[in-house]
Amino acid sequence: MSTLTASRRGPSRPGRSGGSGGPSRREERRRERLAEKQQSGRRMPVWQWVLRYALLLAVLALTVGPFLWQLSTSLKGPTEDIYSYPPKLLPEDPTFDNYGKVAELIPVWDFALNSLKVAAANVLTNCVGAALAGYALARMRFRGRKAALVVFVMAMLVPVESIIIAQFLTMRELQLNNTLVGVLLPACIGAMNVLLMRNAFANLPYEVEEAAYVDGANAWQRFYRIALPSVKGTLAVVAIFAFMGAWDDFLWPLIVLSDQSNFTLTVGLNYLHGQFADNQRLVAAGTIIAVLPLIVMFACLQRFFFRGVGEGAVKG
Amino acid sequence: MTAMTTGSGNGQAVQAGPAAAPPAAAEAPESRRPGRIRTHLPSSPWLFLAPGLLIVGGFSLYPFVSTVLNSFTDARTLVDGQWVGGANYQELIHDEMFWIGLRNSALYVLGVVPLLVVLPLLLAMLVQRHLPGITFFRSAFYTPVVASVVVVGLIWVWLLDDRGLVNSVLGAIGVGTVPFLSDQWLLLLSAMLVTVWKGLGYYMIIYLAALTNVPRELHEACAVDGAGAVRRFFTVTVPAVRSTMVLVGALSSVAAFKVFSEVYLMAGDGGGPGGADTTLVMLVRQVGTGLSGRVGYASAISVVVFVVTLGLMLLVLRANRKEDR
Repeated sequence: MSTLTASRRGPSRPGRSGGSGGPSRREERRRERLAEKQQSGRRMPVWQWVLRYALLLAVLALTVGPFLWQLSTSLKGPTEDIYSYPPKLLPEDPTFDNYGKVAELIPVWDFALNSLKVAAANVLTNCVGAALAGYALARMRFRGRKAALVVFVMAMLVPVESIIIAQFLTMRELQLNNTLVGVLLPACIGAMNVLLMRNAFANLPYEVEEAAYVDGANAWQRFYRIALPSVKGTLAVVAIFAFMGAWDDFLWPLIVLSDQSNFTLTVGLNYLHGQFADNQRLVAAGTIIAVLPLIVMFACLQRFFFRGVGEGAVKG
Repeated sequence: MTAMTTGSGNGQAVQAGPAAAPPAAAEAPESRRPGRIRTHLPSSPWLFLAPGLLIVGGFSLYPFVSTVLNSFTDARTLVDGQWVGGANYQELIHDEMFWIGLRNSALYVLGVVPLLVVLPLLLAMLVQRHLPGITFFRSAFYTPVVASVVVVGLIWVWLLDDRGLVNSVLGAIGVGTVPFLSDQWLLLLSAMLVTVWKGLGYYMIIYLAALTNVPRELHEACAVDGAGAVRRFFTVTVPAVRSTMVLVGALSSVAAFKVFSEVYLMAGDGGGPGGADTTLVMLVRQVGTGLSGRVGYASAISVVVFVVTLGLMLLVLRANRKEDR
């Protein structure tokens, strides 16, 4: 595993180390684009250009189409035939009635609030916990450092799915089953995130912190004032993936929650699907409520999502 | 006290708390000590590590140990178990549902992994050129990754419904209604396609990073020598991104073997017609939860899940190392 991570991170490292990763990377990309422009001007014949866009549009229809169809279904009123052929993507008489009706049948806004609470807490705990532990692993010399590192690596290798029953029993012993805290706790400091933060800290130049030490800064001050502001990018990646992970998680909340009042959105949607499967308009409205916040977030913070894939590829 | 029978495992968790706490108390007035070679107090690393170690130890490693121990007992949700040795594992061998689950999870790996290794690579090559609007396409292709698997599952349940969009189109071209969600095999196949659909964008981004490392000169030299696009794909691109293909293979096979949500949502709680679409993780949940959940037996299945995923990972990584030599 370690060989793979190294080889994956290898190329991106020169761009980021040294603190001035941003501009040099942008420069690199600009040059690359320029070179390609020259090349494409020379090489790419019209037919290939047309073919590429045709393929792009086809894949676009395949990936985004299903979401649009769901949105369209959720906006169709009770009188409109949702099974009609040919299918109509644009509703004749768009209405938000279905969203209101969903809220009458199940407390969908409470579910959303529960999801939001868990996701927000998950962001906070992951950022704080992973940054602290990552800093200690990267910057401090002490007995047992290797052992601590091994603990995090081992934890990363244990798939959640295979310990879920034992986790549930632990939660019951702590009397935290059927609570949002119980949903939050097992993933609230991900081992993967600790290792990500450790790598980020290890890539910072050590001299600055040495200078701070000479000036009398203690470990906490060096961490908080000097190291932490330099790893904001990785921290943002951790935050976004923590939010997405908590918001999208299904299996664990499904097992640990039993009362409807504590459901998160994913479990609530599953319930909605089970109870009102024949009313597709309502299920569609529910799914749109669940997915829209994330799509908006993604649209605003794209580059961190893509960076997260590169850095956290081992996460799966 | 509940079904957590294994006393030794319990003790460990209790001990972990106090062991980590005292340094915390002693550390509180963090003071500078100039003149020492060490740049921090001996206890500060443990203070920094305490939250992480507590969570990871208490909610990953401890449950793992207790899962292994429980798998040798006949514990139930509300009843402490007795040590029964390998009885659970013996029962597994004769349990038809276990073999069905293992078969479905294995089929899932076989069906999903080749597609997820190849298709995202082709997709990455499609969006690699900086054509106008390409960032929009890249983002759009990534959207299914962002959505929750529940949302994605429900979207496809509606699309593949007997009266849904896909069937109405198929009906119009004369194929007739295809029972995507009620036939045992078609259901598994549909779930696989949903997994592939959701994973495409993720692995595309991984490949995209790898493709920027393919030297352009190689492509040009090859083109000068008269190699066509297909030939260049196999002689230049594939060797250059091979280690990434292995990584994608490892990631996707581990994820595919642990499949739960897609099949659960499309097949329902019972796992399709007669439970024929139950996967191993679905079986763990069915057997191990509820008031009379058979914790011991479910733990044994969990151990199998763990062993197989670890084996898959090692297998793929080893294949990679061998080729590297």
